[in-house]
Amino acid sequence: MTRAGIFRGVIAVLVVGGAAAAFVIAWRPAIAAIEPPAQQSFAPDLVRRGRELAAMGNCNDCHTVRGARNHGAKNFAGGRPVRTPFGTVFSTNITPDAETGIGRWSEAAFRRAMLVGVDREGRHLYPTFPYDHFTNVSDDDNRALYAYLMTREPVHAPARENRLLFPFNLRVLIAGWKLLFFHPGTYRPDPMKSAEWNRGGYLVEGLAHCGACHTPRNALGAERADASFSGGDADNWRAYAINAQSSAPVPWDAEAIYTYLRDGWHPDHGTARGPMAEVVSNLSEVPASDVHAIATFMAEMFGEPAPERKRRGEEAIAQAKSGGGEMQMDSEGGAIYASACAACHEAGRPPPYGGINLGLSTAISDPDSRNLANIVLSGVRPVEGERSPIMPGFAGSMNDAQIAALLNYLRSRFSSQPAWTGVQKTIKDARGAETAFLQTSAGARNAPADPAERAKP
Amino acid sequence: MSAPVNLDRRQLLASGGALIVSFSLHGAFAEDQGAPATSAPPPPGSLKTSPYLDSWIRIDADGSITVFTGKAELGQGFKTAFQQVAAEELDVSFASLKVVTADTKLTANEGYTAGSHSMQDSGTAIQNAAAQARALLIAEAAKRFDLPVKRLKTENGAVIGPNGRRLSYGELVAGDLLHVQAAPTSKLKDPATFKIMGKSVPRVDIPAKVTGGAAYVQDMRPAGMVHARVVRPPSYGAELTECNTSVVEKMPGVVKVVRDGNFLAVVGAKEFQTVKAMKVLAAAAKWKETARLPKQDDLPSVLTSLPSQTSTIFERNDPTVTGQKAIEATYTRPYQSHGSIGPSCAVAELVDGAMTVWTHTQGVYPDRQAIAEMLHMAPENVRCIHVEGSGCYGHNGADDAAADAALIARALPDTPVRVQWMREQEHSWEPFGPAMMTRLKASLGGDGKIADWNFEVWSNTHSMRPGGAGCLLAAQGMEQAFAVPPAKPLPLPEGGGDRNAIPIYTFPNAHVVHHFIPDMPLRISAMRSLGAYHNVFSIESFMDELATLSGADPVEFRLRHLDDPRGREVIEKAAQAFGWRKGQKAPQDRGYGFAFARYKNLAAYCAIASEVEVNRETGRPRLVRAVAAVDSGQVVSPDGLINQIEGAIMQSMSWTLYESVTFDETRITSIDWQTYPILRFDAVPDSIEVHIINRPGKPFLGSGETGQGPAAASIANAIANATGKRLRDLPLTRKRIKDAIDA
Amino acid sequence: MMTLKVNGQDHTIDAEPDTPLLYVLRDDLQLNAAKFGCGLGQCGSCTVIVDGRAVLSCVTPLVLLEGKQVTTLEGLGSVSEPAPIQRAFTEEQAAQCGYCIAGMMMRAQALLQRNPKASDEQIRAELAPHLCRCGTHMRILRAVRRAATLMDTAELLPAEQGSAR
Repeated sequence: MTRAGIFRGVIAVLVVGGAAAAFVIAWRPAIAAIEPPAQQSFAPDLVRRGRELAAMGNCNDCHTVRGARNHGAKNFAGGRPVRTPFGTVFSTNITPDAETGIGRWSEAAFRRAMLVGVDREGRHLYPTFPYDHFTNVSDDDNRALYAYLMTREPVHAPARENRLLFPFNLRVLIAGWKLLFFHPGTYRPDPMKSAEWNRGGYLVEGLAHCGACHTPRNALGAERADASFSGGDADNWRAYAINAQSSAPVPWDAEAIYTYLRDGWHPDHGTARGPMAEVVSNLSEVPASDVHAIATFMAEMFGEPAPERKRRGEEAIAQAKSGGGEMQMDSEGGAIYASACAACHEAGRPPPYGGINLGLSTAISDPDSRNLANIVLSGVRPVEGERSPIMPGFAGSMNDAQIAALLNYLRSRFSSQPAWTGVQKTIKDARGAETAFLQTSAGARNAPADPAERAKP
Repeated sequence: MSAPVNLDRRQLLASGGALIVSFSLHGAFAEDQGAPATSAPPPPGSLKTSPYLDSWIRIDADGSITVFTGKAELGQGFKTAFQQVAAEELDVSFASLKVVTADTKLTANEGYTAGSHSMQDSGTAIQNAAAQARALLIAEAAKRFDLPVKRLKTENGAVIGPNGRRLSYGELVAGDLLHVQAAPTSKLKDPATFKIMGKSVPRVDIPAKVTGGAAYVQDMRPAGMVHARVVRPPSYGAELTECNTSVVEKMPGVVKVVRDGNFLAVVGAKEFQTVKAMKVLAAAAKWKETARLPKQDDLPSVLTSLPSQTSTIFERNDPTVTGQKAIEATYTRPYQSHGSIGPSCAVAELVDGAMTVWTHTQGVYPDRQAIAEMLHMAPENVRCIHVEGSGCYGHNGADDAAADAALIARALPDTPVRVQWMREQEHSWEPFGPAMMTRLKASLGGDGKIADWNFEVWSNTHSMRPGGAGCLLAAQGMEQAFAVPPAKPLPLPEGGGDRNAIPIYTFPNAHVVHHFIPDMPLRISAMRSLGAYHNVFSIESFMDELATLSGADPVEFRLRHLDDPRGREVIEKAAQAFGWRKGQKAPQDRGYGFAFARYKNLAAYCAIASEVEVNRETGRPRLVRAVAAVDSGQVVSPDGLINQIEGAIMQSMSWTLYESVTFDETRITSIDWQTYPILRFDAVPDSIEVHIINRPGKPFLGSGETGQGPAAASIANAIANATGKRLRDLPLTRKRIKDAIDA
Repeated sequence: MMTLKVNGQDHTIDAEPDTPLLYVLRDDLQLNAAKFGCGLGQCGSCTVIVDGRAVLSCVTPLVLLEGKQVTTLEGLGSVSEPAPIQRAFTEEQAAQCGYCIAGMMMRAQALLQRNPKASDEQIRAELAPHLCRCGTHMRILRAVRRAATLMDTAELLPAEQGSAR
C-alpha cells in the first residue's frame, strides 16, 4: 500500500465515518404519535404543580401572542415572533391540539423536547426554545408540566413559518450547533451549598432560564459559558448583568432580589417593565420558597460588593431619600429634565407610583443606553384594571436630539460612569424597533403590590 | 319651598313691555279642568313648587323664547331634551328657543339635578308650562280676533286664524300673560303628532365641545381673573400647625396667600405659577394628623361593627307558603370613587357685597344656602350659576370647589377667582360612594318559586350634600369651623343605602331590613344610583343563584316572580334581542348573564343580557357584548337615552371589575389613575345594543341611573356562568376570578 | 420669552421654559379644547398634536417646543367649517359630558393622518392612553371610523396650512 493510498483511504474513512457520524448525530427518530390523552386522566395536584412550573418557565410569554386588545389571543397557541441575528423564529403551538399542537405527543416526546431539543417527529428545535436550560429539568417536573399542558384548551393554530436567513433555515445544522455548544444533562447540586441555594440553582439554570436573556451569546447564538449572567438581550431591551458586573447603583442582595421578583418592584431599584414585566407577573404565582431560592442563588452570583461600591450604593439611597439636588437648567438636557421629568422623579412620592429617583436607576448606570431610550420613548403602560405605575412616553414631544441631550444629561448627573457613545443611533433604533411601544407578548398581568409605606411628611 | 318671584326677574319681564296681572286658577282654563275649586290638586312635576308659568317659559316682545330649568346639564343632554319638550308643546321650531339652566337668580329651585329626576320633575314642568303657555296665547289671540279658541291653531311661533290672520307670540305677550299659576292638568299634544319630541335631535352643546368653544366652567376667563390653588390637608381632620408663607409670597406671580384656620390657598396671576406656588406652600405646611381610618381589607367587619339604626322597610307574610331548599349569600361593595375626568373647578367674585359663584354643582340653591351660611351672608346676596363641568356622577368635589372659590374671593373683592382642584385632590377629597354589605337568604318552595325572601343591607347615608355649610370642606377647615351635620338616611320610596333594596318581584314572604350606619369613617355622599348599584347587584346575583338551585333558566325564573307588565316586557325584549335560549350553553370560556331592575322601583326599567369571556389562565374577564332593553316612559330623545344606557353599562363595568378606593390607617392612598384604575379601551366590548320600548303619552321616567345595577349583576352572572364560580365581593377583579377558578 | 407656532400662527409666549404646553394653550392663548384632566400624563384629556404626533400637553414643557408646530382641535376646523373628525364626532353624537373628547379627537386625528386605513384593533390600541368616565367608548370608536371614511373623501386638512383660529 502506497502512502498516498493509505492517506486516501483514511480520508475516505473519515469522510464516510464523518458523514455517518453526522448522520448519527443529526438524525433523531420520531416518537410514535398517541391519541390525545383525556384531560381527566391527569391528577389535579400534578396539573397544579405543572401550572407553577409553567409560570416558573415563563412558557406563556413566548408561546402566546397578545393582540392589541388581548383579544383572540389564545393561551399557549404560539405564533409569537422572536427576533434573532439569524432571522425570526415563531413560537409553536403547545396546546393539546391534535393537529397543530402537541396533542399527539407522548410524555416521552415532551420530555425529549425539553431535554435535548428534538420534537416528536425527530426534528431539531431551534435553541430559541431554551432547551440548553430545560435540559436541567427533572423527570418529575417534566411530568407535571406535561400534565399541565395537556389539560389546557386545545387551539387550532398552525405554526407560522420561521423566517431565517440561509443557511440557518436548515434544521440539520442545529445538530452541529448542539455538538459544539449544547451539554445535555441534569443540574448537579453542589454538596457544599445549602439546599435552598441548590434549589435556586436548579431553577435558575433550568426552568427559569435567566441566562437565556441575561448571558451574552457568541456569534453562533450560544450562551457564552465564560460570561454567565454578564448581560444580554431580550427583544430590543438590554437584560442587565446580574452578576458581579452588575451596573446597578445599589448592589443587589437576596432580600432585594426576592422582593423585586415577587412583587415586581423594589424601592432601591425600580419597577420591572419591558420583557421582565411578564417574568415577575409569573413569579408572583409560584411558591414563595422557590423565589427565595432563586434569590439566594442569584445573590451569590452578584457576590458581595466591594466596600467602595457598597458605600456609593448607600449614598445613592440617602440622596434619593433627601430628594432634590441642583437642577442644572443651563444645559439643554438639564432643562429638559427639570421641566419634563422632575415633577414626578423628584416629587418625593415613593415608588412604585412615584417616579424613582434616577440616582437609583440601573438604566442610567448601565453601559448600554437602550433601556433608558425605550422608557423615555414609550413610558410605562398601565396594566388593565389594576393599580400599576403609569409613565407618559415622550416619543411625540421629544425629537432624537432632545432625547439624546436628556440621556446624556441623566448619565452625567445620575451615574458615576463614563459618557455613552452612539446615543443618537440607539434612540433612532429604539424608535424603529417597535418593541418598546407594543406590549410584549403576554403583557404584564399583575401590578406592583400596594406599597406598605406611603410618603411620610 | 317655592321659589321667590324676585324683583330681578320682574325687571326682565318689564323690559319686555309686560304688565303683571294674576289669573286665578279658574280663569281661562275652566273648560280644561272640570275639578272643583276647593281642593285643587297640585300641578305636575316641579310646577308643584314653582307654579308660575313664567318661572319656566319667557316670551319676549320680539318673539324670542327662553326656557328656564332649575336643573343642570351634566352631560346627559338635558338642555337639548328640554328644548325639544318646550318646542313641541309651544309648537315652535327647535332652533327658535334657548334654555337657561340652574341659576339662583333666574330659574326655579329644583333642588339637585340628581336621582334621575330631571325628566320627571323639570321635563314634566316644562312640558306642562309650555302647553299651558300655548293655550294662554291661543286664548289671548281668540280675544283679539274675537273668535272661538277652536278656530285657531299655532304654527311657527304664531297663532293663526281661519282666514290667515296671524299674531306672533311676541305680539301676543303684551301684558304679563304668563305670570299665572299652572293648572293641575294641561292639554298636552298627542304623541302621534310629535314633530320634535321622541326624535333624536343633535345636542346643542356638542358643537362647542368638538371645536374648542367655551363649554365648561374650566373655560371661563372673565377679565381680571386670578388663579387659585388650595392646599388640602394630608388626611381628614388634620390641623395646620404651622405654615411659613414668606417664601411663597415672594414667588413670581403670587398675588396672595389665604389662610383661615386649616384652610390654606395661594392665589396667582398665571396658572402654572400658581401650581408651582401651591407645591411650595404645601411643602411649607406642617400638619397634625389625627385621622384613624378602618381596615381596608375587612370592610364587612367594619360595617357590621359600627353602630347602626335598624329598621324593617318591607314586610310581607304568608304562613301558608313555606320553603324547602334554602340558600344564603353575602355581597360586599368597597368605597368607590366618582372619578370625574375633570377635577372640580369654580369661579367666584365678590362685588359690592354680592357674591357670584359659577359652579358645576348639581344643586345651585342648596350650595348657595351653604355658601351663604359659611360666609355669614344673606342668601339673597349669593348667586350660584351652574356652568357645566365634566361628568360628576353624583356629589363630587364641585360644591367644595365652589365654596373654596367663594372663600378666597371674599379675601380679594372685585376680583374673579378661579379655583381648580388637582387630580390628587379630587381623588382624595371627593365624597365617595359608601361601602355596603348585603346579606340575603331565601328558600324555594316545591313549585320552584321563591317562598321566602330575606334581605339586609348595611350602609351609610348616601347624601351629605350641602345642605348646611358643615358639608363643605372649606367651612369645616375654617377657623370658625362648621361642624359636619349628623348623617340622615334618605327617606323611602327613593332611599339611599336602601334604594332598590325592596325587590320588585312578588314573594309570598319577604323581609327587607336596612341597617343605617351614621358614622362615616371615610367621607361619603351620593354616587350615581346610590344604594341601587349594590342592592341590584345583590338581588340579581342572588336571583341567579336561586335559579340555579331551582334548575330554572334565569330569565324564566325572573318572569315567574314578576307581575309588573312593563318590567316583563323589558325582560322579554332584552332576552329576545340577545338570542337568549333556555338551556343554552355558551362557547368555551364564555358565559351568559342576565339582570333586570326598575330604578327605585319608580323610575325607568332596564334589563341587560351579556356575554363575557374569562381567560382561564389569567382570570381576565372581558365583556364581549351586551344587549339592553329600557322603558323610560315617553321618550324625548331616543339617541340621548341610548347614550345614557351605553354609558351606564361601560361605567358600571368599570366599577364592577376594577374599582375600590384604597387607604391606610390615616390617608386615602388611591389618589390618581395609577392607584385608582378605571376602564380603558382594551376592555371595550365588541358591541352594545340598546332597545327602547317607547311609551308615548306616559310620564317621563328617569333613566340616568337605571343601567348601573343591572349591568353589574349581568356581568357577574355571566362570569359565574363562564367559570362555574360565584363571586360576591366587588370588584370582581382578575385576581379574584383567577383565585376562584384555581380553588 | 419664546415663539410658539400654534395652529399655523406664531405667538410670543411669556412663560417659564418648564411651563407645560397645556397651561400655555389655556392660560396664555385662551384655547379651550385641550383640557386639564390630571396633569400627570395619565388620562389623555390634554392631547394635542406636535409635528404630526399626538402628545400629552400636560407633560410637554415649553422647552421642548422650539421650532415645532402645535395643532389643537381649534386648528382643525370650526362649527361652520368642521374638519372630518369634528363632523364625525358630531354626526355620531359621540359625547356625554364631552370633557375627554377633544383629547380623543386629537389622538385619532394624528393616527388617521399617519395611517388612514387604521384597523379597529389599531384604533383601540391608539386610544389606550385615554380615559372616558361617562362610558362613551362605543360611540368614540364609531366616530373615529366614520372620520376615517370622511377623510377618505375629503381634501387635505387645513392643519398644516394654518387656519381660522
